[in-house]
Amino acid sequence: MKILLVDDEVDFVSALSERLHLRGLDADWVSRPEDAVNRVERSHYDIAILDVKMPRVSGIGLKVMLQKKCPDMKFIFLTGHGSQESYEAGAAEAGEEYYLMKPLKLETLIQKIDEVLSVENKGRQT
Amino acid sequence: MTFFANLKPKFWEYVGTGSVTGKYMFNFRRIWKLTVLTTLCAALIPLSIMTLIDYRVSRDATVSEIMLRTAQLTSNTKRSVSNFLVERKAALEFINHNDPLASLVAPGRLTKILQSLQKSVGGFVDLGVIDDRGVQAAYAGPYDLVGKDYSNANWFKQVDLKGIYVSDVFSGFRNVPHVVIAVKHIVSADRFYVLRATLDAASINDLFSGLEIGGAGDAFIINRDGVLQTRSREFGQVLEQMALDVPLYSDRSEVKILPSAKGELVMGYAYIPETSFILVIIKHKELLMAPWNQSRMQIIAFLVISSVVILLVVLGGTTFLVNQIYLADQRRLMTLHQTEYSNKMASLGRLSAGVAHEINNPLAIINEKAGLIKDLFTFKEKYDQDPKLMSLIDSVLSSVDRCAEITRRLLNFARRSGTRLQEIDLASVITEVLDFMGKEAEYRSISIDIVVDENLPIFNSDPGKIQEILLNLFTNAFAAMDDGGKLNISARLTKRGKIEVRVADSGHGIPKSDVDRVFEPFFSTKIGKGGTGLGLSITYGLVQELGGDIRVRSVVEEGTTFIVTLPRNPVENTQGQLEQGTIGRGYEDTAG
Repeated sequence: MKILLVDDEVDFVSALSERLHLRGLDADWVSRPEDAVNRVERSHYDIAILDVKMPRVSGIGLKVMLQKKCPDMKFIFLTGHGSQESYEAGAAEAGEEYYLMKPLKLETLIQKIDEVLSVENKGRQT
Repeated sequence: MTFFANLKPKFWEYVGTGSVTGKYMFNFRRIWKLTVLTTLCAALIPLSIMTLIDYRVSRDATVSEIMLRTAQLTSNTKRSVSNFLVERKAALEFINHNDPLASLVAPGRLTKILQSLQKSVGGFVDLGVIDDRGVQAAYAGPYDLVGKDYSNANWFKQVDLKGIYVSDVFSGFRNVPHVVIAVKHIVSADRFYVLRATLDAASINDLFSGLEIGGAGDAFIINRDGVLQTRSREFGQVLEQMALDVPLYSDRSEVKILPSAKGELVMGYAYIPETSFILVIIKHKELLMAPWNQSRMQIIAFLVISSVVILLVVLGGTTFLVNQIYLADQRRLMTLHQTEYSNKMASLGRLSAGVAHEINNPLAIINEKAGLIKDLFTFKEKYDQDPKLMSLIDSVLSSVDRCAEITRRLLNFARRSGTRLQEIDLASVITEVLDFMGKEAEYRSISIDIVVDENLPIFNSDPGKIQEILLNLFTNAFAAMDDGGKLNISARLTKRGKIEVRVADSGHGIPKSDVDRVFEPFFSTKIGKGGTGLGLSITYGLVQELGGDIRVRSVVEEGTTFIVTLPRNPVENTQGQLEQGTIGRGYEDTAG
């Protein structure tokens, strides 16, 4: 299982990536959306964790681009605009249930990753 | 005093507070005064003028009617008196023509004629024949006057000169008022004789006995010197001087009004031709005007009653209308300031959202970096047993959690994207709002007691508005209390199935005179001390928008309780209001 982390905050995304590595998860990170597309072209990722608000391309826009390259890819969104209402609005727009607020608890993120993948596995089994 | 205090309309004591906001205000008292004054003038001035005109016209008409009647009466009476004298004169002239002098002086003839005259014409007392030397040649009557010489008497000279003479009234020998009529008869160029008759003055008085004068009137005759010739009821006895001035000569009947000690008198008078007599008829004007006075009183009563009715209608109507304008203006002001307030809240919301977002990202970095440090220590097993290091890292992480919670709450609270109906758990909303004030309560030792009825159902309402209402009430309560105060918040379901929230503070309370005004825009006892006077009016507006109502109970120096009642489902009955409430309240949200 490979994870791609995309966030314009390098300090955040690098630390997060490292923490996931320490827990045995294979997580790469990039800070620019363009690099994310390049990465996906070169290798396969099961899941992408995207910041919603990034320069030039939003997380939602990047999702569309990545889905074209890799239709099976799953997504989890992160946002700093952490109100309940924006969460609901953003989730509805993203078409995803997996929408987390910054700052987040790592355990919550791992739990979400597990949930996403278990849904994927169930999909494959059927 | 209380009765009048109750009558006083709401707008009476209302003054626009604050010079900045003065431009929104009407001066209702001035509008009321101006309207009352204008309407009263427009109604009462024409009414008064009409009444005055009617008063004058009817008075003048009555006076001229009185003058006319008096003139007619005077004229008729003058004719009667004239006729009386003319008849008697004619009788004497007839005798002169009928009987030659020789016949008249024959014994017994004059007595016979006198008897005939007394029977037929009346009023004759005696009859005498005086020859051209002025000597009484024959006499019929109660005295023996034959041979009496009248040659030097004034009357004899007069009758010789004019052919006829009517004397003034005089008492004569008998001390009975009488009048003399003498007629000259020319026998030849140098011979004449005079027939002289004495009339009883009472017979002239009889002429007036049948007169209907009215107005306690009086009719009598005076001579040109003002001496009464006949009896007067008011102005003296026969041959006494009349108290009034002798009227000026006129050949016609005249009427004039005279002032007197007993009020104005209407005097009709006429000079009787060929005599020195003046007929006078006197009436009391006041008595004659009595019917008009009565109708005048009716007119005045009508004027007074009409004026009172007009006054009441104008006062009542104006008060009602100005009060309606006042209420409409209050609603207008409330709407205006709610809109301003909403815009302010929306701006605040945007600002808070921006700030929270900007803080959330560095918080996330701190969170991840600290988490990584902890991970590194944990995974490398070198430091994981070091409790101090772990507690330091945990402390950083828990602080990040606290900050995250603050920004989340701020974002939740600041968002006001229009009216949205949601299921409300009142207990948690109360707690959420109080979280903002927890620190202040702690610093000021204010104890907060929350009692939420267990049976309180989840209900539908706009959480943003409820937060705002509660925040306003709590802020208000905090402001009213000194340090160490008590704030009691309770919520329950009423018997009518409504949600009731009570916010009771142990503050200074509101004086009775101000209790009714606390929800008015710009009413504040804290003006100049940070109060805008808008908090409670906005709260009132918000409660109204939610279809509820808000009341206040207060005891000075004991505290104030605000009671908010909300419907369980405001959609059915207040949708319009809720939609109205969204004007100017929303803003675009961008997730990220």
